[in-house]
Amino acid sequence: MIAIVDYGVGNLRSVENALKRLGAEYILTSDPETIRTASKVILPGVGNVAEAMANLREKGLVEAIRARRKPLLGICVGMQVLCRYSEEGDTQCIGLFDTDVLEFKPEAELKIPHMGWNRINNLSSKLFKNIDEGTYVYFVHSYRPQICRDTIATTDYGGLFSCALKYENFYGTQFHPEKSGDAGEAILKNFLAL
Amino acid sequence: MVAKRIIPCLDVNDGRTVKGINFVDIKEVGDPVELGAHYAADGADELVYLDISATFEGRRTFTSLVERIADRINIPFTVGGGISSLDDAARLLDAGADKISVNSAAIARPELISEIAGRYGNQFVVIAIDARLAADDRWMATTHGGRKLTDRELFEWAHEAQERGAGELLLTSMEHDGVRQGYPCDLFAQITGALKIPVIASGGAGSIDDIAEVFEKGHADAALAASIFHYGTYTVKEVKEELNRRNIKVRI
Repeated sequence: MIAIVDYGVGNLRSVENALKRLGAEYILTSDPETIRTASKVILPGVGNVAEAMANLREKGLVEAIRARRKPLLGICVGMQVLCRYSEEGDTQCIGLFDTDVLEFKPEAELKIPHMGWNRINNLSSKLFKNIDEGTYVYFVHSYRPQICRDTIATTDYGGLFSCALKYENFYGTQFHPEKSGDAGEAILKNFLAL
Repeated sequence: MVAKRIIPCLDVNDGRTVKGINFVDIKEVGDPVELGAHYAADGADELVYLDISATFEGRRTFTSLVERIADRINIPFTVGGGISSLDDAARLLDAGADKISVNSAAIARPELISEIAGRYGNQFVVIAIDARLAADDRWMATTHGGRKLTDRELFEWAHEAQERGAGELLLTSMEHDGVRQGYPCDLFAQITGALKIPVIASGGAGSIDDIAEVFEKGHADAALAASIFHYGTYTVKEVKEELNRRNIKVRI
């Protein structure tokens, strides 16, 4: 069973729609036991990481996530909460991925948020099976995780950052596979096939 | 770096697309979902749907249309037209829109931008400005489809919208819109230089040269076009392949 974590951050509709297009059955839940044991979990997230962490704590989901041994995919803020720390709101996060999330530094040429289609490179995970180096995916964010030992893909925007991370059964993408056209659907399909 | 975006814009009245030729792979030309799916498959980077319905019934039809678009389309889409309250924005977000654009209502009440961005994030709010060159040679914001000049100077208003939390600017020159003679590239170069947020150039694309120029000389982040796609002058794919040949970074 696929569980989409419903913890009150943004709406889950685009992830739901992507799963429907793939013909996958899913449930929306905030039940810790279901989230600990479901065969696949997707942790979406739009908005503010401090609020996302507060909601996860309040619903008792931090421990449930940490205790998981089956695949979990965090998307955007849903990935950032799995990192150690975020500069956004000076937030301590769950700390599964061995990296911090820092704000993009404004430069003359750099528009913030990083919004639009950018390339993913240095792909090194089954998550990217049949995905070409340099494939374009869709991003919308103002904070990004640093490169670390858990990096499984990189993107260049005023310097390289981790656009995807993996630690044991935990996966995360900074980009939105559910909005990244056919490439994004292929990545979601790879996750469901793990 | 991010690719330059090509964004087809669809005008919707009472749930039906207003313009559009009969593409070979589309059964129902008037169906905004079918037309959007066609553009997405052809390589569009995003879509914009503008509700031009004048009636309450038309508005309600648009909301259910947004749900169908969200079910079907796997790229981001923006919806606009008549959004004047946080409730309007919430309704469209719940229906599945990735972004909403606000125009006249934000000029009447600029706090609208802060309210929507504060609740749903800057990435959700596009400030749309229809600008016209006034008698004193200043670019001014207009309302009512360009017919009514306001007292808001373009640069000052765009800057305020950015500070209030708009995540993108969709700028249309009413001097150029629908004329298909190209974009005012000097204006776009000035505004992209003055703002931190991405700028979508709208109004005036008649050829691939025009689009290339607004990227190269106008430094726009995205180009929105309606007529050249709806009337089949070019496909999205043709535009992007030609831009790529000219070394303009696009997603192919």
